[in-house]
Amino acid sequence: MVRSWHFKPRHVAETVAKFFMLLSFLIVAASLLSILWTVLSRGLPALSWEMISQTPKGGYYLGKEGGILNAIIGSLLLAGGGTLVALVISLPIALFLETYVMKTRWARYVRLTLDILWGIPSIVYGAFAFTLMLAMGLRASMLGGIIVLALLEIPIMTRAMDEVIRLMPEELSQASLAVGASKLETAIRVTVRQMLPGIVTATLLAFGRGIGDAASVLYTAGYTDRIPTSLSSPTASLPLAIYFQLGTPYPEVQQRAYASALVLTLIVLIVSLGSRLVSARLGRFINR
Amino acid sequence: MITKPHIEIRNLNTFYEHQQPALVNVNLTIPRNQVTVIMGPSGCGKTTLLKTFNRFLELTDGTRIAGEVLIDGVNIYDPDQDVTEIRKKTGLLAQRPYMLPMSIYENVAYGLRIHGIKRGRELDLAVRHYLEIAGLWDEVKDRLHAPATRLSIGQQQRVCLARGLAVEPEILLGDEPTSALDPISAAHIEARLLELKKDYTIVVVTHTLRQAKRLADYVIFMYMGEVVEAGHARQVFEDPQQERTRGYLSGQF
Ligand SMILES: Nc1ncnc2c1ncn2[C@@H]1O[C@H](COP(=O)(O)OP(=O)(O)OP(=O)(O)O)[C@@H](O)[C@H]1O
Ligand SMILES: [Mg+2]
Repeated sequence: MVRSWHFKPRHVAETVAKFFMLLSFLIVAASLLSILWTVLSRGLPALSWEMISQTPKGGYYLGKEGGILNAIIGSLLLAGGGTLVALVISLPIALFLETYVMKTRWARYVRLTLDILWGIPSIVYGAFAFTLMLAMGLRASMLGGIIVLALLEIPIMTRAMDEVIRLMPEELSQASLAVGASKLETAIRVTVRQMLPGIVTATLLAFGRGIGDAASVLYTAGYTDRIPTSLSSPTASLPLAIYFQLGTPYPEVQQRAYASALVLTLIVLIVSLGSRLVSARLGRFINR
Repeated sequence: MITKPHIEIRNLNTFYEHQQPALVNVNLTIPRNQVTVIMGPSGCGKTTLLKTFNRFLELTDGTRIAGEVLIDGVNIYDPDQDVTEIRKKTGLLAQRPYMLPMSIYENVAYGLRIHGIKRGRELDLAVRHYLEIAGLWDEVKDRLHAPATRLSIGQQQRVCLARGLAVEPEILLGDEPTSALDPISAAHIEARLLELKKDYTIVVVTHTLRQAKRLADYVIFMYMGEVVEAGHARQVFEDPQQERTRGYLSGQF
């Protein structure tokens, strides 16, 4: 093959751009693979039935028997509860933004506020919620954890839904308004249905952030080796379990931290695959 | 053929954002149970005019409307008028059909459910009835509960017709309702409109002169936000009074 090397700046720019795109893709792909590899290779050997079916026994953190059932259940309750609360608050906000204040200045303010909230580090949420709980005389508890996770998740969820709703063609809601439906009826019966897959995705995104966050639940939900029995019990969580186990000087316990990370990853994976399936079924009727 | 006007427009002026005028001093009467065709070059305000009949204009932020639109002698812009009632009275066929994210059946039943008019067996019968009127029943009767979005565009436009008719409007508005359709589907819709005019007042925007001639009993010709000429179809097509109408009809713009 004969190539002629005429110097063409546009072609050079194109090649350079392609090179950097490839490079950044490789970096992202490599980090994902190495994360998965680390968690799998270190966690899998330590993962056992005992680990996911028992709570920590006396010498668990010294390498004796027990498991992380307290943290698994705690995390599911905290993130599940927080996500539920966030959903109940986020969906109406997103619908309200779309239905009533679409392009007005208020909508811009609300979006800006949510974006700022999104960017606030979770430890700040934790500290804020902790102060609030002290003032209200609450101890570290499941309720505290759920509230702080809900606060953490609301901006993500609302903005994610908002972006989905904004993709909805105007003519679709007009099709509903044209037969005499009110704006509220249109929002509930048409917009929500149309954005169902989007709602699922937004919920998932928020759940993922909630279940993976350690800093916000540290002081609000606390930590305990027992399975919580009520909203006022302190509640363990997987991120903190990982943190504590990794912090011990014993290699066996550190390995268990990786096993816990593996469990956390699996939970997120299962939940996300499951809801994709549900949303694919529900999404059959959607207008694309 | 003298009938009382169904829609009457008095001194209508509308403005988009930043006081952009779109309709200027429009005065019109639209006859009952006839097909009125609105024509004019692109951007002259046809869609805007149509949107004043079902109060869709106010869905666009920053619009302003002055003047009156009377349906059966009642100004629909009166503050005590219920906008959902007005829209129930005026069915709309848009340029492109949009299916609600539900089954074919639910699309047609939608308005009836919203207004709580019918349920159960009665609802089934109503859905069938309006799909028949729209000329779609035979094609969809075996898959009523399939997603409406799976239908062809031409079929979807007929679902829109059935959906609009189901809430028993008096007026049917069409904004270039066949422009996105293939010729056969377009002919289908045209045929339905001609059948329906005995029971409905129909107002259609169209860009095709031939379609206008096939459909129109009454013609409105617009230019730059103004109504230039309005009258009976035969008279406007055969003996237009205005220079600009003549120009448009002979294909000058
Ligand atoms: N949402 C809007 N905001 C601002 N101006 C608008 C808006 N919609 C329409 N206009 C303007 O109003 C005028 C009339 O528009 P309209 O859509 O009624 O024209 P039309 O006759 O329906 O044109 P077409 O045949 O291309 O559909 C145009 O000058 C258009 O640019
Ligand atoms: Mg138009």
